[in-house]
Parts: sequence; structure tokens; C-alpha cells
Amino acid sequence: MYEFATGPLVWVAFILFFGGCGWRLFRMFSMAKKDKVVYPYMSLKHGLLSIAHWIVPFGSTNMRMRPVFTIVTFAFHLCLLLSPIFLMAHNVLLRRAWGFSFWTLPPVLADVMTVVVILACAFFVARRVRAPEVKYVTSWSDYVLVALVATPFLTGFLAYHQWLSYRTVVTLHIWAGAIMLVAIPFTRLSHMLFFVFTRAYMGSECGAVRHAKDW
Amino acid sequence: MGFIQTVLSGKSERMPRKLGPEQMSPDRGLDDTIKRLTPERIESTIKRVMEKETAGRLRVYLDTCVHCGLCSNACHTYLSRDKDPEFSPVAKVKNTLWEMVKRKGKVDAEFIKNAARIAFTECGACRRCSMYCPFGIDIAYLILVVRRVCNLLGVVPAYLQDTTNSHAATSNQMWVQRDEWIDTLQWQEEDAQGVIAKARIPLEKEGADIMYSVIAPEPKILAQLINYMAQIMTIAGLDWTMPATDGWDNSNMAMYSGDFETMGRVERQHYETALRLKVKRIVMGECGHAFRGAVYDGPKWLTWKNPPIPMVHAVDFYYDLITSGRIKIVNKFKEPITVQDPCNIVRGLGLGQKLRYIMNALCEDFRDVSPRFEHNYCCMAGGGVINCGPPWKKSRMLSIKVKADQLAATGAKVIVTPCHNCHSGIEDIIKYYKLGMHTKFICEILVDAMEIPQHLKA
Repeated sequence: MYEFATGPLVWVAFILFFGGCGWRLFRMFSMAKKDKVVYPYMSLKHGLLSIAHWIVPFGSTNMRMRPVFTIVTFAFHLCLLLSPIFLMAHNVLLRRAWGFSFWTLPPVLADVMTVVVILACAFFVARRVRAPEVKYVTSWSDYVLVALVATPFLTGFLAYHQWLSYRTVVTLHIWAGAIMLVAIPFTRLSHMLFFVFTRAYMGSECGAVRHAKDW
Repeated sequence: MGFIQTVLSGKSERMPRKLGPEQMSPDRGLDDTIKRLTPERIESTIKRVMEKETAGRLRVYLDTCVHCGLCSNACHTYLSRDKDPEFSPVAKVKNTLWEMVKRKGKVDAEFIKNAARIAFTECGACRRCSMYCPFGIDIAYLILVVRRVCNLLGVVPAYLQDTTNSHAATSNQMWVQRDEWIDTLQWQEEDAQGVIAKARIPLEKEGADIMYSVIAPEPKILAQLINYMAQIMTIAGLDWTMPATDGWDNSNMAMYSGDFETMGRVERQHYETALRLKVKRIVMGECGHAFRGAVYDGPKWLTWKNPPIPMVHAVDFYYDLITSGRIKIVNKFKEPITVQDPCNIVRGLGLGQKLRYIMNALCEDFRDVSPRFEHNYCCMAGGGVINCGPPWKKSRMLSIKVKADQLAATGAKVIVTPCHNCHSGIEDIIKYYKLGMHTKFICEILVDAMEIPQHLKA
């Protein structure tokens, strides 16, 4: 199991992830052509302005209205994206396999970032259970998505601290990571791919066509 | 236990519950029409809209929404109804479009009736929520897709459908007949001459600089607004005209009833009339949805990127008249006054600053609203909601308490509403919530405030 996970599984996961992302983006670009307004309305300047306002914490009115959520979601997304890429253990594997690696995070910081991701996932679940407006539109798939994201970090945390059977946990960790990667293009986690484009379109329609702000 | 129950009972809140009069009203446009629906017709219509009439935006929006609920605080219906989660923008999409897509069009007639209620009477398509969605999902567009499905199925609130029928049959929204139109203009010309001797409403003047167009409720119920504009045009010394033929009405309720074929016809006829008169630009009266139909939704449907002739909204027009000195203000409005930022010209055209310039130029005691500009609350009359008529008035009033609170907080006595839907909707709010205020159009204040040179006086 461990051999499979560290060998073919990783390849399958990366192929499905990159292939899936490419396919979804290709579909988006071709379907957008049929939407009469998307390409004619797109404006680089207004698209970028909108993205800038929404990737800077408290850059939009709604973020300022919900400070706790804003802090949690920014911490979550930042840690989620950075910690796996710049984790020392991952980069050791990378160097061993392909002979190169990235700059790495200090282990303590990476550990804290992992905990941030896990706690943020708990926050999102609590919000889905407790906030009526979120609960109303929540279905089981929303919890599955949170679990898909939380599991690789939880197992990674356990593996790093070697609290349970290391080999079992690390195998689980690789499987969980692979499943999450593959899920990105094929589930609502695809907002990772689409965010810049939906945002840029709304920014363009608002800024270039309607002369209004969308933040 | 609560958590486990929530996880396991994802479907518990999906079943439509029995609705009271605060949400559902008898309406033959919904009650009678759904009896004619068959499962096959519903399914094929939904498939047609999903496959043939929508594309990238709809698919990507549905796949990108993470059900975070952050759009809730944007919606006046949600805020007005004690934050009832059923009224958040995402919940409205969940109860309509998500189900249609998930069930691949296999929904029943009762579902369509509910979807029509939500899409036509509980959303004003004001697009405030797209400014609160982290992904910029155009939720109002999704609701308009639902309206399109309902329209193709013939399930539209009867009063709203009547305005669309009027557009289709008479080329204007209010069943105004051709002779009545010309009669009304001549009557208003005479009234204007009671104030300004040389005031004229030039009909069919080919090659004029400006074609002035109005929405059909003006000749029908607010004819004095036309004579006010005749006074303003005369004082400003402008070369203008109005058409004596069909194509004079710039309103477009077909855009909101989901009858996009009629919407396209209305806009095409309006611009063809202006082209026939060889004018340089169209100036339109104080209406928001008419601007949206003429500049965005109409041209989109007709696959024009831009209108063939510039369309100038009244607020933009007045701003130019005042800043250029063509109109001089000598008698400012004295009572405390506030303003409504209409969604289609502030969120839709960025006229918020110019509107405030005009307010300060015309009024001594202007008191601004909060929130304002793009973040202003909708009037809940636009988007075709007020056109759904008396059966839905109670629901509309309950959905807009937040606007009553916002207006009351200004302490003003008068509210300027440079949009016909806002004007009628806010008049209703004032009466229902007993605010003791009045609404006015800008032109009503402008004709009293402007200087009339001695040689022009009657």
C-alpha cells in the first residue's frame, strides 16, 4: 500500500489534477464564447482592480462587515496553499525524485500553518451548523468538501509528530492528498480555478461597462 | 447531535412548506397557467434554456458557488424579513435553479409556481448581491434565467404579463393609443406654455440634436413630467424632438418578465425611431430599468456591444445643464431632502456622484442616505416586482422594511427618486410604514429652482 501510494498513485493524482484543471479551463473558455457578453466585456484593468480588492484582506465592503470570517478565510487559504508547497518534507521528496526543491518553511511555522488549516476547517463546519443562512444552503456534499481538505492536513500533522503508526498515517496522508488534488477540478473546489475569471468578469462588467465598483 | 442531524438531514429544508399570505398570493398568472403544464414541457423548456440560451457564465457560476452564504447581507428581502435564511440570494437560487439543474428539468408544476414566486416577487434583480459574493457571481442573472424558464412556460404574474402584452401589441407598456400619445404631448405643450411662452414640444423634427424619450407611465399617469422637460429644454435652448410614432416608449417590462424576444423588439424599435429622426443622441427621462433595457439587456440580446446612438440618462443630462451654465439655479429647495440611488443608474451606470452634485446644487438641506452609492438598498419595486401588481403588494412591503428604516433615519421630508420604479415603490413604502414623507423627481424640483429669463416668461 505504501509503495503504491508513494509511486503510481502520486503520478495518477498529478495527471488527473493537471489534466482535469486544463480540461475545466478549456471548457470554460469555449463555453464563454457562446455567452455573448463575456469576451466583449472583459477588461484587463477593471478585472485586475476587482481581483486586487478581493484578494487583499478587508479590501471589500463585505469583508469589512465580517472581520472574523475575513481573518479566518484569509489565514486558511494562505496556509492551505503555501504550507504543502514549501514544506520541508515535501521538498526533500522532490529533491530525491527530480533533483530540485523550493525554499522551505521553518518546521515550526509549517506546523502552525497546518493547525490553522485544521482549525479553520472546524470553523467552517461550525458555521455551516450554526449560522442559519449557511445551514439553509448546506448539503452533505459541503461537509465532504471540508473533510477532503482537512484530512491531508490532519494526517500530515499526525505523521510529522509520529503520534500514531507512522507508516499507516503517512499512507493515509498520501491518499488523502491525492484525493483532494483530484477533487479540485471536479468539485466545487474548482473555485480555485474559476475565482480569478468570475471575479475578473464581474469587475469588468461593473467597471468598464457599468462604471461602478464591485467591492 | 445537532451537527449529526444537520449532516444527515440535508434534505429536511428542501421541501416547500405551506406559504402564508405574506409570501404567496392568488394570481391567475401562476395558479391558472401551471394547470396547462406537462412534465415533458417543463423538462424540455428547462433543457432548452440550460443548453441553448445559457453557456459559460451559468455553468461556471453554478460550479463555483461554495454555499458560503456571504451574499445574505446584501439582500434587502433577507434583511427586512428578520434574516430569514429563505430570503438570502443563494437560497433563492437553491430553491429554483439548483433544483432544476440537479433534477435535469424533472420538476413539477407546483415547483415552477414556487420558482416563479421567488424569481418574480422576491428578487428585484438589483444586483447588490453580486458585490457581496467573493466570486462576483451574478446572482440576479441566475434569477433572470429562472424568469426566462417561467416565461417560456407561460407562468408569469398576470399584471406583469399584461405590461409585456402591451409592449407586444401597442409598442408601449401602458396600452397608450397612437392618437392619445400625440394628444398628450400637445396638451403638455400648452401647459408648458402657461409658464414659458415659447415652450414647444417639437414632434418628428428630423436632424434634431436630441430625441427625448419617456416611459409609457408618463403620458398615462404623470403627464406633467413631459411639460417640465419641455420647460427645461426651452430654457436650456436645446434642439430637440419627440417621435409622433411608435418607438417613443423607452421602458421595457418584457426584459423582466423573461420575454426576451419582445424585449429585443422594443429596443430595436426605439433605436430605429431615433435613427429615422437622424438625431445625435437620445435623452431619456428619470427611469432606471429603461436605461438598463436600452443599454445593456436589450443590446445583449440583439448582440450589439453598444447601442447605435448614445443614450443619455436624465441625471447625466441635468448634470451637464447645470455645470455648463445652460440652466441657472436661483431658487433652491428648502425642506430637508434625501435621495434614492436607483440600482440601474448607480450600480448600473455610476451616476451616484453626479446625482449628489445635482442634489446639492438644487437643495439647501440635502441629507444623504446610508448605505449609499453602489451599496444603497433596492426599492423592491424595480426588476418588475411592482409590476406584479396588487396581489403581491403585501409581500413587497414586508420585503423592504430596511429601506423604510434607512429613509426614516435621514430625517428628511422629501425623497428624490430619479427612477419611476423607485418613485412608485418608495411612495408605497412611505404609506405602508407611515413615514410622513413624499417623493419627487428631479425635474419637479428643477423647474421650480431654475431661472426663467424675463423674455421667455409667459
